[in-house]
Amino acid sequence: MGATFSEKILGKKAGEVVTVSPDFILSHDNSAAISQEFAKLGVEKIKNPDKLVIILDHVVPASAEKYALNHKLIREFVSQQGISNFFDIHHGICHQVFHEAGFALPGKLILGADSHTTSYGALGAFSAGIGRTEVACLWATDEIWLRVPETFRIEIQGGYAAGTFAKDLILRIIGDLGADCANYLAVEFTGAGAQNMSLAERLVLSNMAAEMGAKNGYFEPNQMVLDYLEGRAQLEFEPIFSDPDAVYERTFTFDLSDLEPQVACPHTVDNVKPIHEVAGIPIHQVLIGTCTNGRFEDLEVAAGILKNRKIHPSVRVLVIPASRQEYLRALKAGLLEVLSEAGCVILNPGCGPCLGAHQGILAPGETALSTANRNFRGRMGSRESAIYLASPATAAASALTGKIMDPREYL
Amino acid sequence: MRKGRVWKYGDDVNTDVIFPGKYTYTPMEPPEMAQHALEDLDPEFAKKVKLGDVIVAGKNFGCGSSREQAASCLKFAGIQAVIAKSFARIFFRNAINQGLPVIQCQEAVDSLGMGDEVTIDFSQGKISGKAGEFKFPRLPDSVLGIVEAGGLIEYTKQKITSRES
Repeated sequence: MGATFSEKILGKKAGEVVTVSPDFILSHDNSAAISQEFAKLGVEKIKNPDKLVIILDHVVPASAEKYALNHKLIREFVSQQGISNFFDIHHGICHQVFHEAGFALPGKLILGADSHTTSYGALGAFSAGIGRTEVACLWATDEIWLRVPETFRIEIQGGYAAGTFAKDLILRIIGDLGADCANYLAVEFTGAGAQNMSLAERLVLSNMAAEMGAKNGYFEPNQMVLDYLEGRAQLEFEPIFSDPDAVYERTFTFDLSDLEPQVACPHTVDNVKPIHEVAGIPIHQVLIGTCTNGRFEDLEVAAGILKNRKIHPSVRVLVIPASRQEYLRALKAGLLEVLSEAGCVILNPGCGPCLGAHQGILAPGETALSTANRNFRGRMGSRESAIYLASPATAAASALTGKIMDPREYL
Repeated sequence: MRKGRVWKYGDDVNTDVIFPGKYTYTPMEPPEMAQHALEDLDPEFAKKVKLGDVIVAGKNFGCGSSREQAASCLKFAGIQAVIAKSFARIFFRNAINQGLPVIQCQEAVDSLGMGDEVTIDFSQGKISGKAGEFKFPRLPDSVLGIVEAGGLIEYTKQKITSRES
């Protein structure tokens, strides 16, 4: 009987517990807190400092003294421990920078102190989020226990219907299957629809696999992925594929061609409705960015809709490219000019207001439409605010009208 | 064994309402963390919670972010255990690693209500109260060692020491 990707990379059958040593360990602004846990262990030096990748992104640049102190502690720790893979505030969101810098590789095991570490399944890695104390102990011992997960296979068929994107697909999947459908499980995205996806599209799905409760969200690495990694990969790698006769917990099929734009409504990611049921709801702020949808392709779609138009006077529109590389691409292509001309505020690469720390916090009674991955109550500010999640196209169309708007009207 | 009062909540209690993101990246001492516990779910909780109280919730408790404070703030608030129909994967790990017992027991969740008094016997795997007695399975051996050591830091310290000696 064959094995799934997860069973192959972890070396045991689903349900068993293994002790493993990851290839890379990601952390971000939480690295200071992790270093404090590390200090409790009584170990002076990190066992394998070259495995650490630390990327500052959550509150960058520091917006208050407490954040500045947090960053300072991290920089001191990095220097004291000789951590070479350190990315200070000018690089961008960890889940974009991590693969741009060549750490997300097929067949590699990556663990990170962030739930959206699932993102690197887009490149064929096994990557999962863990907690801070676990990361501290990994720094000291270079080993951790993992349960080998059973696997859901999600087969994607067909081609996109007009005005729909990878974000609409993953919202539809989460809406249909539920926010805990893949709890403790691995997810594999397969089928012609998945194989045809660009890296940017794959990253949207793998990123939001976390919102299904999944441990990882894997795509088979194809030539497109290998080309992307050419000259970028930090280590040699060998792709790992599921066997054709692997045993899956369940298989679901989704067809792209009968998809319409989807919106996740307050206050859970699985509260998903097709756009025609929510169109017309007034919004105060639009966020186009985050580790889910802040890439060049996303800004390009938004700029296509906002070109030679003005945003509605009742709405603020924040645009946050996912990384400095994506910022530069958008700048050189003239996208930032288009977005600024339309009235958008272009912010520096980083997490921005997605987690409610700075750069566009919501007041009581306000509503946002965001391209992010979470809409939990109070996440972007006041407990009395509300967040809708949608694609960059829906976000841009809604920016023009000040209400949730079907992007197909502007194509 | 200690008696505690039940704080009852629904399905999908997420990490943002347990411990808001705006506090996540600032250094904070345990008493202050306890003051923000469940802030966006139940503002009364942090004011009224007592040592030994128990949280009882539906499915997928702790979904969302990997922030460990979602587990530790409950422990610092005095919660002796969280009983739920199911737990989100990372929260489950974080709770074990922080020495906060997590109990999966659908029957108890269905029967217990806000304010009920319960006693939890971990050695017998039993929850008792007015609503009855509920059995729960013991944790897998792979994680029991961590709980018994009092959390992952202590567990890892012991492991490192035993290797050196």
